[in-house]
Amino acid sequence: MSPGGEDESGSDHVSSGDGGGGTAGPGGTGSGGGTATAVEDLRLEIPVERPRRIERFVALCFVVSVLATIGLAITYSLGGQNQAEGALLGVGLAGIGIGVAGWGKYLMPQGPFVEDRHELPTTEQDKRAFGASFSRGKVAVERRGFLGKLLGAAIGVFSIVGIFPFLRSLYNPRPGNALDFTQFRRGSRLVRIDGHPVTADDVEVGGVLTVFPEGHEGDAVSQTLLIRASSVPITTLPGRETWSPHGYLAYSKLCTHAGCPVSLYQQQVQQLLCPCHQSVFTILNGARPIFGPAPRLLPQLPIMENGDGFLRAQSDYQEPVGPGYWERNTSTTLNPPKKAAGQ
Amino acid sequence: MIKRPTMKSRDEPRPSIEDRTIEGARWLDDRFGIARFGRTTLNKIFPDHWSFLLGEIAMYSFVILIITGIFLTLFFVPSTHEVIYNGSYVPLRGQRVSEAYQSTVDISLNVRAGMVMRQMHHWAADIFAAAVVVHLCRIFFTGAFRRPRELNYMIGLTMLIMVIINGFIGYSLPDDQISGAGLRIAFSIFLSLPIIGTWGAFLLWGGNFPGNGDIIPRFYSLHILIIPAVIAILLAAHLGIMWHQKHTDFPGKGKTNRTVVGSSFWPTYVAKTTGYFFIIFAGLALLGGLFQINPIWLYGSYQPFKVSYAVQPDWYMGWLDGALRIMPAWETQFASRYLISAPFYPAVLLPGLTFGILYAWPFIEARFTKENRMEHHLLDRPRDRPVRTGLGVGVLSFYVMLFLASSTDVLANTLKVSLNGVLWTFRIGTPTIPIVVGLATYQICKELSRAPSAGLRKRSAVVVRSTEGGYTTVPADIRPGDREGEPPPEALPEEAVGRGVGVGTGGREEPGEEEVGVAPVRSDATAVKPPRRFSGLLRPWHGPASGG
Repeated sequence: MSPGGEDESGSDHVSSGDGGGGTAGPGGTGSGGGTATAVEDLRLEIPVERPRRIERFVALCFVVSVLATIGLAITYSLGGQNQAEGALLGVGLAGIGIGVAGWGKYLMPQGPFVEDRHELPTTEQDKRAFGASFSRGKVAVERRGFLGKLLGAAIGVFSIVGIFPFLRSLYNPRPGNALDFTQFRRGSRLVRIDGHPVTADDVEVGGVLTVFPEGHEGDAVSQTLLIRASSVPITTLPGRETWSPHGYLAYSKLCTHAGCPVSLYQQQVQQLLCPCHQSVFTILNGARPIFGPAPRLLPQLPIMENGDGFLRAQSDYQEPVGPGYWERNTSTTLNPPKKAAGQ
Repeated sequence: MIKRPTMKSRDEPRPSIEDRTIEGARWLDDRFGIARFGRTTLNKIFPDHWSFLLGEIAMYSFVILIITGIFLTLFFVPSTHEVIYNGSYVPLRGQRVSEAYQSTVDISLNVRAGMVMRQMHHWAADIFAAAVVVHLCRIFFTGAFRRPRELNYMIGLTMLIMVIINGFIGYSLPDDQISGAGLRIAFSIFLSLPIIGTWGAFLLWGGNFPGNGDIIPRFYSLHILIIPAVIAILLAAHLGIMWHQKHTDFPGKGKTNRTVVGSSFWPTYVAKTTGYFFIIFAGLALLGGLFQINPIWLYGSYQPFKVSYAVQPDWYMGWLDGALRIMPAWETQFASRYLISAPFYPAVLLPGLTFGILYAWPFIEARFTKENRMEHHLLDRPRDRPVRTGLGVGVLSFYVMLFLASSTDVLANTLKVSLNGVLWTFRIGTPTIPIVVGLATYQICKELSRAPSAGLRKRSAVVVRSTEGGYTTVPADIRPGDREGEPPPEALPEEAVGRGVGVGTGGREEPGEEEVGVAPVRSDATAVKPPRRFSGLLRPWHGPASGG
C-alpha cells in the first residue's frame, strides 16, 4: 500500500486499456520474454472509478486490525476476558479480511478474462497406448502365474494374521450374554448410588429413587427406577402379584427404544417419560409404552421384603433390559413371568 | 522466491520487475521446472458467483478447526478416569468427574483464551457442516454433479459423512451429561445393526455400555488424527480435481461450455480468497467470543443413570434425532430368534438410503436425461429443471421436517400444545408435506420456464424528436437482463500473453478481430421455451450451443 505514490485514476486505466488492447495484444504474442506493455495495459485495469477512496478504506481496515490485535494482546496479558478476546480477535481478523477482499475486488483487475477449457479425454491413440503398456506388464506378470499365486497366498495369510491382533485385542470382553442379564441376583439388596440400602420406609408414596444391586452402584445396565406408587401391593400384570411389596414398583431405567434413562416420573398420571425421544410408559400396568417410539414394556424387577425392612430382588430381570439387539430372543419376553420366576 | 509486481514497484523501470521475478524463479525452475506450470497457475481463471463461496466457507472452517483443535489438544485429557473436581468452578467442587470432563472445564474456565478457542472450535464445526450442506444443495440444484464431475461430487459427499461423524465424536469427547446421553443412543443404534451390531458396539466401546473407559481415548484418536486426515486427503483430491477440470459457471454473456470466464488466480482470486478466509475466521472468532455454545460446566460429568431434559444433539444430527422421535415403535422379530430393533429404521436405514441415493444420483439422473454423452461445464438454472428441482426441494423439506421433529418437546413447550399433538403433527406432516412442497416447486419451475421473460426487465423505449418537431417512440437497444433477450455475446480478443487466456472487454469496448470459439449463448431467450414432454423438460435450457 502506497497511497502517496498513486496518482492515477480509474479512467486512466481504461484509456490505457483502449490504446493497448488493439496493438499490444497481438504484438506480445511472439515475444517470449513477455514485454511489460501488454501486461501493464490490460491486466491491471481495475473496475472502479475512484481507487483512492477504496485505498483509504482498505488502509483503514488494516489500521483497525492492528489496533484491535494490539488490544487483544493487552487483554490477554492482563488475564483475558472471553467476550473481549472474541470481539477483538474478530475485529482484528475482520480488518485483514475485509481489507484484503476489498483490495482484491476493487483494486485488482477483474477482467472478465476468458480461458479455454482443455479437452478432458485424451486421444484414442493415447488410450490404446495406455492399454498396450498395461497389457505388456500384465503379460510379464502372468507368465509367472505360479509365483503370483504364491505371492497372493503370502499376502493373504499376512493380512489375516495381521488383522487378528487388532480385532482380538479389541474384544475384551466379548459380548457373550452381557446384554441378556443385569447384576441383580436373587436376594440382592436394592441400594442407592452411595451404597445405602433401601428399606420399605424410605420412600413416600409418590416418591421415586434410582437403585442398583448391592455392590454394583452406578452400574449402567442394572440401573433401576424404584417407584412407590401405593402403600399396598400392585399387580401390574398377571403373574406379577408378588412383585411389588408395599406398593414399590421397580422398573429397568433403560428405555427400550434407545437406552436413555427413563427418569421423569409424572406422579399424577402415573407415567414415566423418557427425555430423549419422549416415549411414555404407564407404570400401573407393567410400564407399557403408550406414546412415542419405544417398542416394548420396561422390564419389571420382581422385588421382595423379607421382614428385615430391606428391599431385595427376587431374581434378575425376566428379560433383557434396554434397547433391542440382533440376538435378542423373544422367548423370554413371551414367557409368562411366573414360569421364569425361579431363574 | 518469486517476486511480485506490487503496486509500488510499478513505478520502477519495468524490465527490472520481470528480470528480478525471472531471476527468483530460475533457482526453483532449474530444479523443478516449475515455470510453465507456474504460469498456467497464475493465469488460471476463476468464475465469480456468490454461490461458489459456499465450498470455501467449508474449507476455511476446516482450517480453523485444525488451528483451534491443535490448541485444544494441548490441554484436553482423553480419559474417563474419575477424579474429584477441585478446580475453580465452585458448583462442581467435590463431585466425581472424568478427567476428560475436568480438562474441558479447565480449558473453558482456567486456560487463558481457552473458552474462545473451545467455542470457536464448536462453532466452526457447526458452520463447517452447514457450509458443506448448503454447498451440496448448490451443486445439486445447478446440476454441477453431472459429467465430468460425478466422482468429485461423491468425494464431497464422503467428506460430508466424515464431517458429521467427526462432529458427533468431537461433541462426545467432553464426556458431559448431554453428550454422554448421545453416546448411549449411538451405542443403541450400533446394537440395532443386524448381525454385526452387538459385536460392533462391543468392539468400539470395549464392552457393554458405557464400556471400560476405552471409548473416549478411541474417539480422541479418531477425532484428532484419523478422520481429519481422511478429510484432508479427500479435500486435496476435491480441490485437485476441481482445479484440473476447471470450475463450472452459470450461463451468461460470453459464457460457453468450452471456456471459463472470470478473474485470474493471481492476484485477484488470491486476494479475494485470502480475504474470505480472514472474514470467516473473524466471524467464527466473534461467534466463539460472544455467543455461548455447549456450556458443559453446567451439565455435569456423564453418569449413565442420569439424564438431562435438554438432550439434543448438534444441528447436523438433528434429522436423525427427529427420525428417532417420530418413528412408530416398530421392531421386527425373525423366527423369534433375531431382532431388528427400533432404532434401525430411523437411524441406520434412513441415513443409509439418504446417502445411497445421493451417491447414486448423478447416475440415476443421467439414465433419464441421457445427458452423460457430453460434458457439462455450464450450470443449470434450477427453474429450468422442474423435475430435479421439485424432487430436490421436496426431499430437502423432508429433512427439514425431521430436523424440526428433533425439537418436539421444545415446540410443545413453546407453543403450549400437547406433546402428543406435536408428535402426531410430525408423524403425518413429515411424509406428506414434502410431496406437496415438491409438487408445488415442480409447478412453479414449469410456470417460470414457460415464461422465460419472468424476472427480466421490460425493454426500455427511447422517445425521439424528429426534425419536424414530431415525437416517435423507438425501442432502445437491448441490454442484459431485458425481457427481449440478452444481446449476443461479444467476442473476446485472444490474449497475447499466456496459453489460451484472453482479456475480456468488460462490455466497454468493441469486440476484437479474433474470436476464440465463443458460441452464442442465450442469444434469443424466446427461442428456448422448453418442450412440454417429460424428457424434454430435463434438457439443457441453453440450447444446442453448449455442445462439448
